[in-house]
Amino acid sequence: MSQITDLSFSELKKSINDRVLSSVEITSAFLDRIESLNPRLNAFITITRDVAMQSAKDADTAINKGTATPYTGLPIAHKDLFCVDGTLTTCGSKILSNFIAPYDAHVVGQCKNVGLVSLGKLNMDEFAMGSSNENSYYGPVYNPWDTTRVPGGSSGGSAAAVAAQLTPLATATDTGGSIRQPAAFTGTSGLKPTYGRVSRFGMIAYASSLDQGGLIAHTAEDIAHGLGFIAGHDPRDSTSADQVVPDYTQTLNEPLKGKVIGIPKQFFDDRLDSAMHQAMDDVLDVLKSLGATTTEVSLDHVAEAIPAYYVIAPAEASSNLSRFDGVRFGHRADKPTDLIDLYERSRGEGFGNEVKRRILIGTYALSEGYYDAYYKKAQQIRRLIRDDFNRALGSCDLLFGPTTPSTAFVLGEKTADPVAMYLEDIYTVATNMAGLPGGSFQAPLIDGLPTGYQLTGRAFSESMILNAAHQVQMVTDWHKLRPEGL
Amino acid sequence: MSLTSDEVKRVAKLARLGLTEAETTEILTHLNSIIGLVDQMQQIDTDGVAPLAHPLELRQTLRTDAVAETNQRDKFQANAPHVDAGLYLVPRVVE
Amino acid sequence: MYEAVIGLEVHVQLSTDSKIFSGSSTDFGGEPNTQASLIDLGMPGVLPVPNAKAFEMAVKFGLAIDAEIGQQSIFDRKNYFYPDLPKGYQISQFEKPIVGPGRVLISLEDGTEKTINVTRAHLEEDAGKSIHDAFDGMTGIDLNRAGTPLLEIVSEPELRSAKEAIAYLKVIHSIIRYLDISDGNMAEGSMRCDCNVSIRPRGSETLGTRTEIKNLNSFRFVEKAINTEINRQIEILEDGGRVIQETRLYDPDKDETRSMRSKEEANDYRYFPDPDLLPVVLDDNFISACRDALPELPEARKARYISEYGITGYDAGVLVANRDVADYFAEVANTSGEGKLAANWVMGSILAELNQTGGSITDFSVTAKQLSELIGRIKDNTLNSKTAKTVFEAMLAGDGEVDAIIEFKGLVQFTDTGTIEAFVDEVIAGNPEQVTNYRAASEDKQVKMLGFFVGQVMKRSQGRANPQAVNQILSAKLSG
Repeated sequence: MSQITDLSFSELKKSINDRVLSSVEITSAFLDRIESLNPRLNAFITITRDVAMQSAKDADTAINKGTATPYTGLPIAHKDLFCVDGTLTTCGSKILSNFIAPYDAHVVGQCKNVGLVSLGKLNMDEFAMGSSNENSYYGPVYNPWDTTRVPGGSSGGSAAAVAAQLTPLATATDTGGSIRQPAAFTGTSGLKPTYGRVSRFGMIAYASSLDQGGLIAHTAEDIAHGLGFIAGHDPRDSTSADQVVPDYTQTLNEPLKGKVIGIPKQFFDDRLDSAMHQAMDDVLDVLKSLGATTTEVSLDHVAEAIPAYYVIAPAEASSNLSRFDGVRFGHRADKPTDLIDLYERSRGEGFGNEVKRRILIGTYALSEGYYDAYYKKAQQIRRLIRDDFNRALGSCDLLFGPTTPSTAFVLGEKTADPVAMYLEDIYTVATNMAGLPGGSFQAPLIDGLPTGYQLTGRAFSESMILNAAHQVQMVTDWHKLRPEGL
Repeated sequence: MSLTSDEVKRVAKLARLGLTEAETTEILTHLNSIIGLVDQMQQIDTDGVAPLAHPLELRQTLRTDAVAETNQRDKFQANAPHVDAGLYLVPRVVE
Repeated sequence: MYEAVIGLEVHVQLSTDSKIFSGSSTDFGGEPNTQASLIDLGMPGVLPVPNAKAFEMAVKFGLAIDAEIGQQSIFDRKNYFYPDLPKGYQISQFEKPIVGPGRVLISLEDGTEKTINVTRAHLEEDAGKSIHDAFDGMTGIDLNRAGTPLLEIVSEPELRSAKEAIAYLKVIHSIIRYLDISDGNMAEGSMRCDCNVSIRPRGSETLGTRTEIKNLNSFRFVEKAINTEINRQIEILEDGGRVIQETRLYDPDKDETRSMRSKEEANDYRYFPDPDLLPVVLDDNFISACRDALPELPEARKARYISEYGITGYDAGVLVANRDVADYFAEVANTSGEGKLAANWVMGSILAELNQTGGSITDFSVTAKQLSELIGRIKDNTLNSKTAKTVFEAMLAGDGEVDAIIEFKGLVQFTDTGTIEAFVDEVIAGNPEQVTNYRAASEDKQVKMLGFFVGQVMKRSQGRANPQAVNQILSAKLSG
């Protein structure tokens, strides 16, 4: 038998349901691996060994008493913007470097309700702003496939932790690609659900109208399990959708025959790297071999998604981050001389450069005289983008394309130029603008580094995305590849 | 459009963000390249297009009026940098 | 030669049980920060969920002032930093308020009426409170009030004097009390008023530079602050200066306004739709349910009182201004069957007493039932107006019920002619000079002179003689 930490979430579930493994065995195996590898990967900000071991013991007791759920005792780790009651919750920022969350995020509560064991809190770009995880106050996360490279961001800790088998399942969030891009860079599966599918309550906000919680794991099947318990209506989040949560595992094995895959021509123009193009063609061949057909579609305004995103997201962020003022929680500057000094120094010291840039851009875009030219314009473009997607998805079931323009880049390569970093998300941002579900799944390696393909569906069609990805995973091995030499 | 150093300072003041001179200079370059990116929006004709605030255009649901919270002051104030007699303290505010 | 132009922004705390975006209690006077939940504190990750009751109350107000109801209203964020504003923004309504243009009718002292247009009324959350004097060099922040629902009612600048402003404010107060959407207690801050004041040469159409006087917490202070500010502005203009647009604070001790925070550095609130909240769409059922639940409003009640109780428009206006007073009056009038007498008593005795003590009619020591019994005893001639006053004062002092007091104090009116005749005879005998003068006088003079004799008789009877009988017997005996 392989090592415990080699197993996927679904495999671990089977082992624990069959009483082959106990929660204590599983939990301690992952904690041991975290403690041995985290110094090199920096995927975790906080490791909650004691709490985890206690939950694991409680889980084993529940399993023995027959009061367990099918998921009781399985491990998970949370991106450090999900509040966990009594646990340090930093959002990757100095300004929250002393913040002990006084409550559980909805997602965290749902995980606790099904009996999951939380291993700790995962590193991330500060306030989820970034595409490389180099913007964390706690230092960068290193890509397990090549530690000179970034794991992507902002959920870099989540992706690296799954890829390095430090946890079989991780929560993550995606505002412009922050689940899908790191999943692609680390050879993992990641799903950003439909906006409103997963409650944002307790998820520290970056851009409220774009943020969506989701998962990173090894397989689509793992995500199907996880989404089942984190999704659903939460009356505490006004933007949470009151829609039935289907059993995502029930539809994984449906045949793809008759499914139409839309190929947005803008994603496959001559700017696409030829190796990446080849990797995508390999995946498409598999989809076709499974009975799907393809059709070309057009997303006319997808090029403007990045410019519009960099107005809407910073504008919302500039307001969302005003609560970090050194008054009620978080970092407070030493010996403030007056109120303005308290605000300006607490925030000046507490936020990193990228966060400052986005607060300033957002404040500027909303300020008097600029609102129409920036914020309103961006929201108009947002409608055009959403309409493009709805039109395209009227003639097909899923949209297909690369998740990223290239494989993981080298640490420091793009830090000097924020715009170059922003363009990392050209294939992912539009999905958030349209509020649609999008998943990134493993495609062939290029030069030994992972790549990902992206599937985008109609609102609340997560089951179809997971079904298609699972079917591909049933006949390919890309998702089974693991980084070597750790 | 491009920003001047004074505009950056004005915006930073609105955002209550303390910036050193050196930071202001560095940030100005970055902000201007971001504005260059953002200004690509202006190429698109959006006349008559209604702004979209939320992708799914759902309606707000309202909560029933009922008290559902209990006093958790001590727990919440455990995170506070400076409290006294149950109050959050800040440097004296002059009105 | 100057004319004042005044617009009011009235903030009314809605009397919901819980806050507008959280389930915290809105009770007044709790220990600091014990009614401040995660949401009220703006903790990282929390989200607002609006209270249906606040919308119901706002819609009722809108219907009461004949306003357009915003069937789709949107919450916006008003961004600014202040320690009593936990999130660094206030959730308010900017472009699409719940209540659109409406109007109220105010009555002026000269008896004329004037329509004041209400621009809008919108829902928003209240801020917390700053305590400035308790800590050395520090300000303490109490967020119990943060998130209390407010309805901000904005008038057009159509008020022309402090008196008009007060009349408007009283109508708004009366409406919110009738609707029972706020306790309207200005001293506790449940109703607060910001006044925008400017002056211009009479006849001019252009507006002068306005100042905003913040947070006035009584009708009297509103009146005094406006008058003080008008005078200050006139003095500035007379001296050739110019008024600066700014926010000013009224100091009741010195009866002056002073500059608060200069608006040179103009506030840029960066309003934008709150992405945590969706458009609130109120369907016709919601609005018609609010309409069906509307009580009879002051204007309608005034008309009804005039026709039902035969009282004057002025009296009806005074009586309906306060819903509790109006209810009290109606009970007295209905039970006693004497509308005019009831109006006289409520206005003359009760409101005067309440004005003096500052008390409320709901806990007034003479109940409506007692007052109707008193009126009953006037009607059946047991009491005259003088003895009735004595009984009323005894009830005020808590001496018991009407009949018991009459009995105890021996106040039953003499109506038998024999006793009254005896008093009359005594008076005629004791004042021969006056009798002679009376008999010599012309008829119209006699009418005036009769008063003296009536007074003497009443005095001898200790006020218990029936005045009509006294009159009748006196005139007969004097002329005889």
